[in-house]
Amino acid sequence: MGLTSKDLLGIQGITSEEIRLILDTAASMKEIASRDIKKVPTLRGKTIINLFYEPSTRTRTSFEIAGKWLSADVINISTSSSSVVKGESLKDTGLTLQAMHPDVVVIRHAVSGAPHLLAKLLKCSIINAGDGAHEHPTQALLDLFTIRERRPTLEGLKVAIVGDILHSRVARSNIFAMQKMGMHVRVCGPPTLLPRYVESLGVEKHLSVERAIADVDIIMMLRVQRERMGAGLFPTLREYSKLFGLNLDRLKMARPDVLIMHPGPINRGVEIAPEVADGPYSLIQDQVENGVAIRMALLYLLAGGQNN
Amino acid sequence: MRIWIKGGRVIDPANKRDAVLDVLIEDGKIARVWAAQPGAPAPAADRVLDATGQVVCPGFVDLHVHLREPGREDMETIATGTRAAARGGFTTVCCMANTNPVNDNQSVTDFIVDRARRDGAVHVYPIGAITKGLKGEELAEIGELVGAGCVAVSDDGKPVMNAELMRRALEYTTLFNIPVIQHAEDEHLTGKGVMHEGRVSTELGFKGIPAASEAVIVARDLLLAELTGGRYHVAHVSTAEAVELVRDAKRKGLNITCEVAPHHFALTDEAVYNFDTNAKMSPPLRSSRHLAVVKAAVQDGTIDCIATDHAPHVIQDKEVEFDYAANGIIGLETAFGLTITSLVEPEVLTLPQAVARLTADPARIFRLPKGTLSGGADADVTIVDPSREWTYDVRQSASKARNSPFHGWKLRGQVLCTIVSGKIAWELQG
Repeated sequence: MGLTSKDLLGIQGITSEEIRLILDTAASMKEIASRDIKKVPTLRGKTIINLFYEPSTRTRTSFEIAGKWLSADVINISTSSSSVVKGESLKDTGLTLQAMHPDVVVIRHAVSGAPHLLAKLLKCSIINAGDGAHEHPTQALLDLFTIRERRPTLEGLKVAIVGDILHSRVARSNIFAMQKMGMHVRVCGPPTLLPRYVESLGVEKHLSVERAIADVDIIMMLRVQRERMGAGLFPTLREYSKLFGLNLDRLKMARPDVLIMHPGPINRGVEIAPEVADGPYSLIQDQVENGVAIRMALLYLLAGGQNN
Repeated sequence: MRIWIKGGRVIDPANKRDAVLDVLIEDGKIARVWAAQPGAPAPAADRVLDATGQVVCPGFVDLHVHLREPGREDMETIATGTRAAARGGFTTVCCMANTNPVNDNQSVTDFIVDRARRDGAVHVYPIGAITKGLKGEELAEIGELVGAGCVAVSDDGKPVMNAELMRRALEYTTLFNIPVIQHAEDEHLTGKGVMHEGRVSTELGFKGIPAASEAVIVARDLLLAELTGGRYHVAHVSTAEAVELVRDAKRKGLNITCEVAPHHFALTDEAVYNFDTNAKMSPPLRSSRHLAVVKAAVQDGTIDCIATDHAPHVIQDKEVEFDYAANGIIGLETAFGLTITSLVEPEVLTLPQAVARLTADPARIFRLPKGTLSGGADADVTIVDPSREWTYDVRQSASKARNSPFHGWKLRGQVLCTIVSGKIAWELQG
């Protein structure tokens, strides 16, 4: 059994069975990280290109490490040092890369649908590493993987996603993924950072963070970006933190065994207090660690294995 | 040159005619429209078109096209755009002012008029700019534009955001009795939005354009039209709220008109799901709730006419990321088929109503001597088969551009022949 598509463009394009396959594959990949020699020959002779149109530390590094541990050749292209600065279109950049016979292109881009455009143009596998405010499927998969390590039955779990839902591809991919796995999702944030029609995604909308986090199994905090302040979406970070930040006082409203997640990078003291981020139920470091395993699993499923 | 069109169902809303009649064209004018008596002698003619089982109507009139000349001849020219018009059954098109240079002075208008006379396959009436350079700062020399042949003014592509300037435009144009056409969109509410704000934009993570962005400007302008007595025409109306505002204003007796583009009654925002940049336009494709209201408004006459907003673009401006793609689609060749398929087939409009929305109704808004089969009028005639099914192949388009979301669509209602001033400008082969 493998994935049906040559690409991973979003959670919306895959089934719950495929999600389970990816998570199960990642579990066996995770073991490699604990070895003394972190290298297996699985993808020897395969070429992976990381094409990042937006800055990224954890996602890009994690794809790079995943590829290298699987013995693939990994090439990183960031737009500040490529011909994109000379005005080359995505289509032409894609065709140029294709001529060099990559097996996988991992793309991050500021515009929704950019990976889909690339997937239509190129024969190789495309992995979406984040497109606009649309999807960030590998993040949602590593989040599910991280949750499943602590709560083996995903079905029925309740999650509150708190923060800037409007601009968050992490939120969308997680909403789609969690719903596919039978979880219940609430979103919470200032009304200006919630999409006007957010309930059409099948989530519960909360304006009170206290009510949103009461009785949930998982709280997922999202990064709030300073530049949204300038756009008039909320007055100040100070006020945001006061109304929506997750601190120890607020955490008392939640279940004592609630799991805390954050896709990073975190703003300590803004959306999450340092004591919470570093606290006993914080899974933030697990998320980063599991990111490598998930990406190894995807590279293996798309570029390696018996299907190729 | 005499053309005798015999045996067709003549639908001529301007003259309230709908009957099987013969039409005789002589020296570029409509000579006679009459009910043929069996056995009556045939009129002398150089060409006889047997229209039995077909519909003969006045040539269609499009109040809203972009011909891109002067300035962007790589996208479209007056020659190619008017050929696309002829294929679509349009014998008259009105071209928007956002050329390069902008049609904000009489020398540009003169150029368009001359070029259309030389290269045009159909009649071309220019629309002048409201403001110099479409900058929304000061009025263009509207008197000179009208003198050179402009039939209306618009900053289309951009709204006139300054309410005081819009007031003055509506006031000043009462001198010439021409409409001011507004591209109704609040630039602040739209911001960097790229599609309709709704369920689909929420799912795809696109910055949405709220329906209110259109209605806010329409509401403001209707108050200004009332204040000034100016003639106000809303371009490409797309939202339920704007339609309701226009309906109320018409009830009050204000001199208000509006148009709808075929894509706004044929497509919803769900067309964006596959990130097709041919589903990107301004105003954006709306949700089905808006479509239902818009369709009903074409039926009850709140929306006066159908206009294509034919907007040709080069491939490289569309084959890019959705946010960066140009707005708009070509529409001249598909307008009639979409009108039949989306409005007449589902019994929103009767066929005569549909013909009226493409002929007499738009001609009335710009006071053009068009859209009629009256004796002595220019012989602009379109012959159609409203029940024939055909498939649109954009690769065969007469337009230079290929940006249509309707490529491969099966449409009902095909244009068979387009006659412009007594000359056959387009004839379907086979």
